[in-house]
Amino acid sequence: MSELSKKSRPQFRNIHITQILQYRLPAAGVVSILHRVSGAAMFLALPLVLLLFDWSITSELSYAQLMEVLDSFLVKLILCGLAWAFLHHLFAGIRHLFSDLHIGLAKEQSASWGRAVLIATLGCSVLAWLKIFGAF
Amino acid sequence: MSATTNSSNNIGPKRLVVGAHYGLRDWLAQRVTAAVIGSYSVVLFVIAMLAAEPGYGGWAGIFASTGMKVFTLLALLALIYHAWVGIRDIWMDYVKPVGIRLGLQIFTILWLVSCGVWAIEILWRV
Repeated sequence: MSELSKKSRPQFRNIHITQILQYRLPAAGVVSILHRVSGAAMFLALPLVLLLFDWSITSELSYAQLMEVLDSFLVKLILCGLAWAFLHHLFAGIRHLFSDLHIGLAKEQSASWGRAVLIATLGCSVLAWLKIFGAF
Repeated sequence: MSATTNSSNNIGPKRLVVGAHYGLRDWLAQRVTAAVIGSYSVVLFVIAMLAAEPGYGGWAGIFASTGMKVFTLLALLALIYHAWVGIRDIWMDYVKPVGIRLGLQIFTILWLVSCGVWAIEILWRV
């Protein structure tokens, strides 16, 4: 044991932030990091969502003012981002529950579950984006 | 890590398991709160899209009943706890200096509690 501990052995640390783009994450890994990113984004956007909720619900007048604010391209863009964040977090969360039941943990299944989450998120997000920009 | 300094008494059955032992509790809480937030989202989406009249009256009417107020508050409390566990995990994973981590955790709690109080105030105005 003492011989082993004397030898200098390679250490594998966490990925540093500057190395992120060099790593080719599998689909499940992309889902995982985006789960975190989407959660953090919604945490930071919480006061904004509450402000919009406040305007939407306080009075007829504030509701009308909110509708004007929602005409802004920037606000629409932020809402599109939040819609994506919510949907990704939801679908990735559902995948988490299946993982808890030991479903989809094998290498190939894990990859297809990862892709399924990304595709479902993208599909529902596109619908939400069209709705936000008034396509239907 | 302390494992490198006294490796001889930190292996096998002698391994020192440290921590606050909140792992299982938070793992479970994260799933229960997620289920509450998820069900609330689906219910709100269905009511807003299918049942409610378009415009202010229909939208504000959704939150007028005590039942929906309580469900909304429940989802909100679940959201606050869920966000606390999730954001704290992020700080614990990426921020190692104890002082900065503590500061960020205090900020997270204040941020979430403020949002919660504000949301209650908005909700009970309707």
